[in-house]
Amino acid sequence: MQDEDRIIQLKKQILLMSTRAQEGHIASSFSIIDILWVLYNRIIFDADNVALHDFILSKGHASLALYVVLKECGLISQNDIDQFASYNGILGGHPDRNKIKGVIASSGSLGHGLPIGVGLALGHRIRGNTDRKTYVLIGDGELNEGSIWESIELGGHHKLGNLFCIVDYNHSTDRALFLGDLEKKFSSFSWNTISIDGHCHESIETALKSQPQNSRPTAIIANTIKGRGILEMENNPAWHHRFPTKQEEEKMLGELEQRWDKL
Amino acid sequence: MRRQFIKTVSNIITRDKRVVLLLGDIGVWGFHEVAEKCPDRVYNIGILEQSTIGVASGLAISGFIPIVHTIAPFIVERAYEQLKLDFGYQNLGGNFISVGASYDYAALGSTHHCPADVPILLQIPGMEIVIPGTAKEFDSLFTQAYNDGRPTYYRISEGVNSFDCNVEFGKALQIKSGAKATVIAVGSLLSPVLEATEGLDVSILYYTTLAPFDIELLRENCASGKILICEPYFFGALDSLVINALTGQKLQIEHVGVPREFIRHYGKREDHDLAFGLNAECIKKKLEGLICEN
Repeated sequence: MQDEDRIIQLKKQILLMSTRAQEGHIASSFSIIDILWVLYNRIIFDADNVALHDFILSKGHASLALYVVLKECGLISQNDIDQFASYNGILGGHPDRNKIKGVIASSGSLGHGLPIGVGLALGHRIRGNTDRKTYVLIGDGELNEGSIWESIELGGHHKLGNLFCIVDYNHSTDRALFLGDLEKKFSSFSWNTISIDGHCHESIETALKSQPQNSRPTAIIANTIKGRGILEMENNPAWHHRFPTKQEEEKMLGELEQRWDKL
Repeated sequence: MRRQFIKTVSNIITRDKRVVLLLGDIGVWGFHEVAEKCPDRVYNIGILEQSTIGVASGLAISGFIPIVHTIAPFIVERAYEQLKLDFGYQNLGGNFISVGASYDYAALGSTHHCPADVPILLQIPGMEIVIPGTAKEFDSLFTQAYNDGRPTYYRISEGVNSFDCNVEFGKALQIKSGAKATVIAVGSLLSPVLEATEGLDVSILYYTTLAPFDIELLRENCASGKILICEPYFFGALDSLVINALTGQKLQIEHVGVPREFIRHYGKREDHDLAFGLNAECIKKKLEGLICEN
């Protein structure tokens, strides 16, 4: 099965999970699903399924995307997926490291993942394990948080070449604060920067595999569309934390198939 | 106590390669020797407390034992959510050593005071809180607990007791046994408590670890139900712990401690101790009143 077909299946799974649980952030998950798919299928694991690198989903509300990808990798079960957001389930609206195999940092409150990633990358460097990369995915809204800019400063200053910050630049919070030219901003904090189409798997893979220059950390500005694949949801703030009815779900499942057929 | 902290932590960094120190641009000169010896594990990380706690959390995830040091309000109040989530919720071990206590920086004003540290840290499940009464006690308590895999807050203060006790992490110490009341003395208030209780038939329990709270010793030494809690931060912080420990018993609780208000005077720490009654005279007065009450 081609990657694109697989992505449709994962999006369908996300819709089913959210409709059943009446919980989850679908649009945010669709925004990053391509990045996570590439990360987990082509970057993190070696041929023996050993994790070579670390990943932190700092924008934890997009957890549905993480869960369906972790399921594909065999780290969680179908039963775990079926129990999403239920009282005894291990998968919540935000991921918990103490419950889920493969999640190294719990998230939910914005602005925490990148500082933790800086610590992790620093730890790997102290051990001399610089081949192990730390990937942190943050939302563009998360860039409003001061702690993120503190950490961007730290990453640049300490020359953490093993640190990658992926920005899900879907412009969802432009209405509050316009972030402008993120490449320029990261560059001025001594980071390497790459801008990519955050839905193009080849571009994502190339960016994630890029070799850091001058021991600088790397910012990957992933231009994405929030809610991509379902017209009503795309860039529509109303769908940030809304769950489909059974009727809407059916319509959306059909739309996912049809739109991809046309592409 | 501050000098001892530098000595103790420097020694531990030298002998335990898992330890990493992050300084919030204070105490840097004190650590210059160990920083030269172990440059990859001693950082003057800067004045960015939120990220410092996050970085410490990442270090803990990768198997290190982080120690973070700065002035109390900046570690506890500014980065409170980081302490709560990056250590408490993540379930990670780390050490947070503050200076300044309630108002050691008296003349610098309320921005540098932190009488709320203990009450608010008690709200983080699993957070351990240690208030040594002397430099030697800091050395002993830190050495016992720095590697216990849990988040632990150490409160360094200028105020110290005039003698050392043989303290054990997680345990209170019975200093004196008596029938008419029980005095809980926290950290550096043990000295004035001892002075105040001379000749009085009361029990004295000395607490240097507040979380976990030693319930057993209190239960064994509180037959009178009359308790005076002497605490060098916003008073009342231990009330629910004490009441829960003695469920079913009729209790009369009195306090000596810092009142819940912004301190708008400057001067020296001793001026504020006097103003708030953190001395033997006031302790004695409160205690005698408590003993006489029906």
